[in-house]
Formats: sequence, C-alpha cells, structure tokens
Amino acid sequence: MIAIPLQHILIFSLLLFAIGLYGALVRRNIIGILISIELMVNASNINLIAFSKYTSLSPETGQIFALFVIALAATAAAVGLAIVLALYRIRKTVQADEVHLLKW
Amino acid sequence: MVTANHLIWVPVLPFIAFVVNIFFGARFLKERAAWLSVATSTVACVIALPICWAVFRGAHFANDFTWLMLGTTPLKFGYLMDPLSATLLFMVTIVGTLIQVYATGYMHGDPRFSRFFAYVSLFMSAMLTLVISNNYLLFFMAWEIMGLCSYLLIGFYFEKDSAANASKKAFLTTRVGDIGFLLGFLTLFTAIGTLDFAQMNTLLAGHVGHTALNTGLLSMAALFIFCGTIGKSAQFPLHVWLPDAMEGPTPVSALIHAATMVAAGVFLVARSFSLFMLVPNVLPIVTAIGTITAFMAAFIALTQNDIKRVLAYSTISQLGYMVTAMGLSGLGAGTFHLITHAFFKALLFLGAGSVIHGTHVQDIREMGGLFKKMPHTAVTFIIASLALAGIPPLSGFWSKDEILLSAFGSGNYLVFGVLLLTAFMTAFYMFRLIFLTFFGQARNHDVHAHESPALMTLPLWCLAVGSVVIGIPGSPFMHHWFQKFMAEMVHYPEYEPSAVVMACSIAVAVLGITLAFVMYLKKTTWAPAVAKKFPSFYRLSFNKFYFDEFYVTYLIKPFHALGRLLFGFDANVVDGGVNGTASVTMFLSGVKQWIDTYIVDGFMNFLGTAVYFLNSVTKRFQTGVVQNYLLLAFLGFLVFIILELKLT
Amino acid sequence: MTSHILSWIIFTPLIGAFTILFVPKSSAPLIKWIALATTAVVLGLVCHALTLFQPGLSGFQMMERTSWIPQFNVQYLLGTDGISFPMVGLTAIISLLACLASGSIKERHKEYFFLYLLLETGMMASFLALDLFLFYVVWEVVLVPMYFLIGIWGGPRREYAAIKFFLFTLAGGLFMLLGILSVYFAATPHTFDITQLVGMPRSLIFQQVVFMAFFLGFAVKVPIFPFHTWLPDAHVEAPTPISVILAGILLKMGTYGFFRFSYPLFPEATHWFQPTMATLAIIGIVYGGFVALAQTDFKKMVAYSSVSHMGFVLLGLAALNANGFRGAMLQMFTHGTITGGLFLLVGVLYDRSHSRDMNGFGGLGAKMPGYAGILTFFALASLGLPALSGFVSEFLVLLGSYQYSKLATGLSTLGIILAAAYLLYMVQRVLLGKLNPKWASLTDIKFVEILTLAPLMVLIVVIGVYPSMILNYMIPTLDALLKTLKV
Repeated sequence: MIAIPLQHILIFSLLLFAIGLYGALVRRNIIGILISIELMVNASNINLIAFSKYTSLSPETGQIFALFVIALAATAAAVGLAIVLALYRIRKTVQADEVHLLKW
Repeated sequence: MVTANHLIWVPVLPFIAFVVNIFFGARFLKERAAWLSVATSTVACVIALPICWAVFRGAHFANDFTWLMLGTTPLKFGYLMDPLSATLLFMVTIVGTLIQVYATGYMHGDPRFSRFFAYVSLFMSAMLTLVISNNYLLFFMAWEIMGLCSYLLIGFYFEKDSAANASKKAFLTTRVGDIGFLLGFLTLFTAIGTLDFAQMNTLLAGHVGHTALNTGLLSMAALFIFCGTIGKSAQFPLHVWLPDAMEGPTPVSALIHAATMVAAGVFLVARSFSLFMLVPNVLPIVTAIGTITAFMAAFIALTQNDIKRVLAYSTISQLGYMVTAMGLSGLGAGTFHLITHAFFKALLFLGAGSVIHGTHVQDIREMGGLFKKMPHTAVTFIIASLALAGIPPLSGFWSKDEILLSAFGSGNYLVFGVLLLTAFMTAFYMFRLIFLTFFGQARNHDVHAHESPALMTLPLWCLAVGSVVIGIPGSPFMHHWFQKFMAEMVHYPEYEPSAVVMACSIAVAVLGITLAFVMYLKKTTWAPAVAKKFPSFYRLSFNKFYFDEFYVTYLIKPFHALGRLLFGFDANVVDGGVNGTASVTMFLSGVKQWIDTYIVDGFMNFLGTAVYFLNSVTKRFQTGVVQNYLLLAFLGFLVFIILELKLT
Repeated sequence: MTSHILSWIIFTPLIGAFTILFVPKSSAPLIKWIALATTAVVLGLVCHALTLFQPGLSGFQMMERTSWIPQFNVQYLLGTDGISFPMVGLTAIISLLACLASGSIKERHKEYFFLYLLLETGMMASFLALDLFLFYVVWEVVLVPMYFLIGIWGGPRREYAAIKFFLFTLAGGLFMLLGILSVYFAATPHTFDITQLVGMPRSLIFQQVVFMAFFLGFAVKVPIFPFHTWLPDAHVEAPTPISVILAGILLKMGTYGFFRFSYPLFPEATHWFQPTMATLAIIGIVYGGFVALAQTDFKKMVAYSSVSHMGFVLLGLAALNANGFRGAMLQMFTHGTITGGLFLLVGVLYDRSHSRDMNGFGGLGAKMPGYAGILTFFALASLGLPALSGFVSEFLVLLGSYQYSKLATGLSTLGIILAAAYLLYMVQRVLLGKLNPKWASLTDIKFVEILTLAPLMVLIVVIGVYPSMILNYMIPTLDALLKTLKV
C-alpha cells in the first residue's frame, strides 16, 4: 500500500478548511454557512485521523475522536437547521445579514 | 319548720324571681310576673318572721364561708342575725311585700310590667342581703346593687328626658357617697384588719377608752363611712337626687326612696355604731349634718306643689332626724324612728300613688275635695300624716319623742330647738298637703277622681294599722322594750323620759296642724300674703336653696369642661407631640433625601453617564451580523498565530 | 400531645392559617369555618391544659425546652404559671369570640383570617415564651398581622392608625430589645433563659437603666400616659373584632411583661420605680376618665375608658403587695372580658347604623331592648358594679394600694366616679330619652351576636360572684413573686 505522506494530507485538509472558512465568512445564505461549517469540521476530522495514523501509538484514539466529532457535527447541523427553520417561519428569510437582532 | 339556715333563701328567692322575670317575663309570664315577685317576697317574709321572732326573744344566729383571701386574711361572707338586722328584716319583708301587692294594681297595664317586677325583686334581694350581711364588703355589694335598682327604676319611663336625667343624677350622686364608704371600710380594714361586723364589735368594744388602736385612722374610717350615709340617705349636701328620684313609679318611691333603701344609710351608721362610739369627735359632725338636713328639707317642703316632692322632702327631713339621733348616740331612737317612718312614709307614698292613679295629676293645686271620692285613700293618708306629725298615740310620736329626748337629755338644746321647729314645719306642710288635696273645693274640674281598686287599698289599710301600732314596742306601754333590745347589741346612753319634751312635741304638732287648717281652709288669702311678705325666704324654699343650680354651675359643668380640656390636651399636646415627632422625622428624612438625590446618587449617575459614553463608542462593534463576529474571531486567531510565530 | 400541649396551643392557629392558604379565595364560608374551628380547637386545648394545670404550684409548669440557636444559647423555652395561664385562657376565649364576630368583614376573607390566626399564634407565644429572645421575636410577630388587620380592613383613617400603632410599638420594642441584650451580656453564663436569669445579682444602676428600657417597651403596649395616643386611633379605625383583640389581649401583654420580666428581673429597681409607677397609674386613671367623659364617639370613649381601667392594673402593680397584685391580675382578666364586650356592642350598633356618634342616638332602649339590656350590663360591669367582676378587681387593687398610699387610693377613686359618669352618660345618650326617628328601622341584636357576648357575660358574673374560682390559680404564683421582690 502506497503511504501518502503526512504533509499531503495536511495540505489537503488546510485547503478544505480554507474553503469552509471562506464560505462561512462570505455566504449570505445561512444554510450555506452551515454547509461551510461542516466543511471546516471535516477538515479537522481528516487532521485527527492523519495524526492518529502517523504519530500515535494507539491509532484508535484519533478514530474515536473523529466519530465523536461527526456525531457532534450532526447534532449541531440538526439544531442549526431547526433554528433556520424557526427563523424562516418568523422572519421569512434565511439571509444572515438580514437577521441582526443582536445589533446595538 | 323554719331554721336559721333557711335564712339564705330570704334574699335568694326574690333573686330567682328577678332572673325568671327578666328572661321570661316579657314573653311568657306577662301579668303573672307580678305574682311571682309577690309570691317569692311573701315566702321570704314567712321564712324571715319566725327567725326575727326568735331573735326578739334573745336568740342570735350567724353563719359564714370564706369568699376571698385578702392577703392572708380570709374574708367570710355570711349572715348575722342580731337585734339590729332582725328589726330591719322584719320591717323590710313586711313593707316590701305589701308594696309589691300594691304595685300589682298600680302598674297594671304598663308595657314593661314584668320588667318592673324583675327590678323590684332584684331590689328586694339586694336589700335583704344588705340587712342580713355580716361584713362591710357584702353590705357594700348589696348597697350598690340597690343603687342600681334605684337607677333602673327611677329611669323606668326612660323615654322621658327628665326620668333619664333623674336616674343618672341619683346614681352619680349616691356614687360619690359610696366611694367615701368604700374608702371608709378600706381604712377600717387597715386599722383593725377585719371587715366583719361581729369581729369589729368585739375588737372595738375591748378598746373603749384605750389608745391601743389608731383613733386617727378610726376617725377617718368613721367619717368616710358616714359619707356613704350622706349619699344613700340623701343628707345635706348630697340630698339633691332624692326629690328628682320621684320620676320613678310611685310604688318604687315608696319602697326604695322612702321605706327601705334610703334608710339603709342610717342602718349603716347603726351597723358601725361601735366604731362611731369609739371616735366621739365624729359624732358632732353627724349630728350637725342630720340637723341641717332635717331643717332644710322641711323648709323646702313648705312651698312645694308636687305631691310626691313634698313627701320626698319630708323623707329627707325625717332621715335627717334619724341621722341626728345617731349623732347623739341614740342608736335605739334612730332605729326606732327608721322602722316607724318606714311604715307611715310608705303608706303616705302609696296614698299619694293612689291619688295620682285616681286623678292622673300630681300637682296639689289641681286637686282638692278628694275626700269623698277616695275615702279609703284619704283616711289612711290622714292616719299616716298624723303619725308623721307626731300625734300620740300613733307610732311617729313615740319615735320622734325618743329623738327629741336624746337631744334634750344630752344637753344639745340648740339641736333640740331646731328639731322642734322642724317638727312644727312637718306638721304644717303635711296638713297643708292634706287640706289642699282632700278638703275644700275641687279646683280643676277636668280631674275625675275615683277610688283605687282593692288590690291597692288593702295594702294601704295594712300599713295604716302598722303605722298605728308599730310604735308600741318602744313606748312606755312596753317599758321601752325596743331601746333595751337594741342596747343588748351595743351599749349607748339612755335618758329618762321627760314630760317637758313630750309636751313640747305635742304642742308644736298641734300648732302646725292648726296653722295649716287656718291658712289653707279658713283664710285662703293668708298663704299668698305670707309668701309676698317674705319673698326671699319664699324663693329660697321654693327653689330648694338653689342646690341644683349650684352643682350644675360649679361641679358638673367644670367637670365636663375639664374633660374637654384634657381631651384637647390629648389631641393637641400629647398627640401633637407624637405627630410632631413624626413631622420632624419626615423633615429630617427630606434632608437626607436631598443628600441622597444630589450627592450620593449624583456620583452614581456620573459613573453611569461615563460608562454610557464609553459604550456609545464600543457598541459599534456589535453589528448583529454573525459573519462579522466570525471574521473578527478569525482575525484574532491570525494575530495569535503571527505572534506565536514571531516568538518562536 | 399532652407532653407538648403548649406548643400545640401555639402552633394550632398557625396550622389553621396555612390550611386557609390552600383554600380557594372564593369559598369564604369555608375559610370562616376553618378559622372558627381552629380557634375552637385552641380553646379546647387550653381547656385540656387547664386540667393539667396544678393551681397549688408556684413555679412554671408544662415546660418545654429545646435548643434553638445554640451559638447564642437561645432556646425554644415554653412554660406557664399562675400569671400567664389566665392570660392564655383569656386569649383563647377572646380569639374565638372575636372570630365569631368577624361577620362584619366583607372583603378579602382569606387574607383576613390568615392574618388573624397568625396573630393568635403570636399572642399565645408571647404569653408562653420564657426565653427573652423568643419573647422578643413573638412580640414583634404580633405587630405585623395587627398592622395589616388595621391597615386593610380599618376605617377611613386606617393607614394613619396602623402606621402609628406599628411605629409606636416597634419603637418601644426596640428599647426592650436593648434591655434584653444587656441582660443577656450581663449574665454569666450568657443566657436568655428567664428561669436562670431571675435571682442573679445585678447592680442597682444597671437594674434602673434596664428597667427603664423594658418599661418603655411595655408602657407603649399598656398604654401608660403619655404613650397612649396610638390607642384611640387604632381602636377607632380597627374593625370590631380587631378592636376586641386589641383591648382584650394586646394591652395585657404590657402589664403581663411587668409581672413576668420587669419585676422578677429587677427587684430593687422595682422598688425604686414604685412612686413613679403609682403616679403614672393615677394620671392614667383620672386623665383617661376625664377624656372619656368628653367623647362623642362611642368607640373612642371605650378606648379612653381602657386607658383609665388599665391604670388600675398599674396601680395594683405599684402597690407591691398581695392584694394589689391579685387585683391587678384579676383586672387584667376582667378588663379583657368587659371592654371586649363593649367593643363588640359598639360594633353591633355600628353594623346597623354606620354611626358611632353617641349624640346622634337616643331612645334605642325601647327599639332594641335586648341590645339595651346587654349594653347596660356591660356598662355596669365596667363602672365596677358589685357582683360583677370589675368590682372585685378594683376593690382588691384599692385595698392593696391603700396599704401603700392613701393619697393615691383617694385620687384613684375619682376615676371610679368618672367611670360611672361617662358610662351612664353614654347609656343615657344611646339608650334613653326619645327615639331618634332616623333610627326607627334598627333591628334588635341577633342570636349570633348574643352568642359572642353571652360567654363574656357568664364570665363576668361568675368571677364577680365567686372570684376565688379564678384567683386560686393566680395566688401561689403572685405570692412567690412577692417573695422574689422581698416585700
């Protein structure tokens, strides 16, 4: 099995994270922001797995963490979508810059 | 068989009648209330008379139980049957029962019929308790309850303002005397440590002439106790209530305000006689009060026109006689006159009641010529008047003679003279009353007189017989048995009968009657002429020496004024102080509020303003757009990364 | 239950009060019945305690002792004796009758009866507490419900009256608290336990100062001239049953305080204060009598007559001898019954006519014979007619004070004459004379109202006829107190 070097994987995850961050910062649609956050979470998951494989004495640790993160991401997405749904019902919009209730 | 222990039933039976009548009288008993009262009174009489008889023959009964602990001294309530109480018990039960029988007829048809008999029964109960009581406290309690009955019965027709006023006046005036009495026996208790009559007599009898007891304290006690007499027996200067008390129904005037209750004051002195004998410096005061009262009241009676008021002043005058007798150490004479007076004065009042019942007027100027229309009333009334005037051999003569003898024998010729003059006036005003009422022409033709029913005339005749014969036990016919009987209890000086005194007494009585006959039947123009001749005397007599006006101006009004003054003081000064404290506190708290608002709070507000200003700058970061925050977080993160890289 | 009978007496009303909280506001009759049942149960418990009470003993009985705040040696200490037990009985009786008379309360029943029962707890505890700290707490507990009862259900000037009452009593109470604390700190070991505090030696000057502090607390409650002006206002504004409680029980807490705390704790100061006490008593008697004479408001007259009658309690206290003490104790009891009855009667008339102006009445004797009879009865009892209880107590007080001072006794008798004057004047203005046509439609007293008055009348007559019946319960304790005072 050809071993992919660690650096490659890290660069990949960095790219993935950067895309996610960009999306989270510039997208106006809240659902888009949520998807972008998922990208960032998965980028970190890849990191976890990679480090676990290459550096850890017991590779299971990283995998377990990754599973946790996936579960958390799922719940966060569910809650986030619920909020979006509720928001849409009240305000009839899913555009993030139109919802600035916490403004001074 | 009646024994001494049945004696407690004597006051208890009328009390039961009171309770039954007051609770069930108006609704269930109605007219039968009277019969309940009369029946209980009669049974009390039946129980009392054999016991009295036994005492008259030398027996002596007493019984008691501990009622209350005064400190460590037990106060025992019970009865004491000695010559004095037996005599009074005899009189009260008989006269009381007769008057109640009379009242049954007199009060017939009154809307508060049963209430009247309830009160009368309560009165009988109290009076009988008083008579047989064995100590001052029980005596005082009964004494006050009698005062209450007097109050209730004077104010019996309370819809009339005059009756309501008279009842209040009677209660308050006697109350003043009663308080003196209360203080008197408190003083006595302090001095000798007992309130029991028998114990007191024994204690004091052993000390005559000795200084072992505090005579100052005893004198004070005697003087204060005498205040009770002044109030209850309507002596000068507290006599003003008795004439007004005539607002009550006439049987009440007869029972309470002539025969029994007012005599209780004299009875009190008689009861405390061993005390009075021990403090001779008090006796002249007693004599003086009695003499002044006797004279003054007789003088007022000369000009009164209300049949009951004349009798009321006559009662005061005769009570003055009794008190004078007591002051002259004449226990026997005073008590004797008390008994005879009870019979003929009760008879006079009942007669007057019969006249009022038959004519519905009380003013003697509207009467006249009633003899033919009311023969029974007139004859009995004349018998009683003769007794009162002191015509032998009627009872009043013997008892009055004894009093005059006391004054004469003890060398008090001034008192003797005044009493003789009073006797003259007594005969005069009584026969003025008789001639104006029963003889001459009818002056008011609207008055249609009729004789009273037998229920009323029968008691009249019974009392008339009593008025005639009751003087015999104290007369020479029975060798002054009564006086000796009294002396068994407490020793007092006795005097040899004097022909001079008797002659004087008869002479003034006859003179008085003759003068009245001339002035009011033969030469009817004389009376107004005399009144015109001595206008100041006439006014003084007619206006009762202005006592009422004096009291109202100098006592009652100032009392009320003082009350209002103190109330003003209370509302303005004392309460003003309280409210002033409140105002000062409010002012101070106002100052504190200013400090709070402008200094303490000012500083706080300054801090607040400063923070607000800062806030207006910093709040700009708070855009509300979530991505701005995320961007800031990311930038912050970058800054940390760069710093981290630079450091390493 | 027998072993904690006093606690039961105290807390039963509290249980009732909290039961009421669970009843919906709308079911007023149920609330009334609960309150009535509770007060009746308390009376039952007191009757039960009466069977356990041994009149011959002079010390405390049925004591209960539990540590409450051990850090400061504060205890939950209860007990009763011949001084407090009659007061407990009086409280139970008056509370029940006043509860029965609460029909005139037309609004906010739930709050009313809750506060009412809370008040009963406070009063019972005040008479039973033997720990000074506990006493102070329950003393203040009494104030709060009273404040609301006057302030919410009172007459037109109720706020003024309630605040005046509250501030007056609270101010006095604070002085008392200072006194309590100084007694606590002066005692070795530090304790609030009255049974231990009595008999401890204290310097005269300390006694005098602390006696005065206690005096201020109790004087307001009695009330002693010149601290009495809250009384007429509070009485006039309070609703009838609360006036009854106020006159019947609250005033007695002041004189009870003298008997229970001031006298046994500071015997030397008591002797030092005797002349002042007698003077204040005389002022109260005569002054109250005169001011009562000047009243036109029926209720205010009864209020001022209370000042006069409580003066007799003080006079008995000032006499410092057996008869004076007995008279004072008996007067406390009888004044509660008599004046309570008079206030009830004022209420009966006020409910019908909505007027208390005596000059406006007249001739009601013919219109309301039952009422007239009962009013006359209570007036006579109040003016000290023999064979009614007021006489016996006044007689004993006078007998006691006579041994102390003839002058004081003489002056105080003026109060008796004044009492006769203002009461008969009242009777005349209300009952006698011609009927004022304005009141022609008034109805006579009802059965329920008679029910509230009849027990008081029975008590008045029974005590008046045979006072030993109740005095026997008081005498051993009072004699023991006299020994403490070294008279």
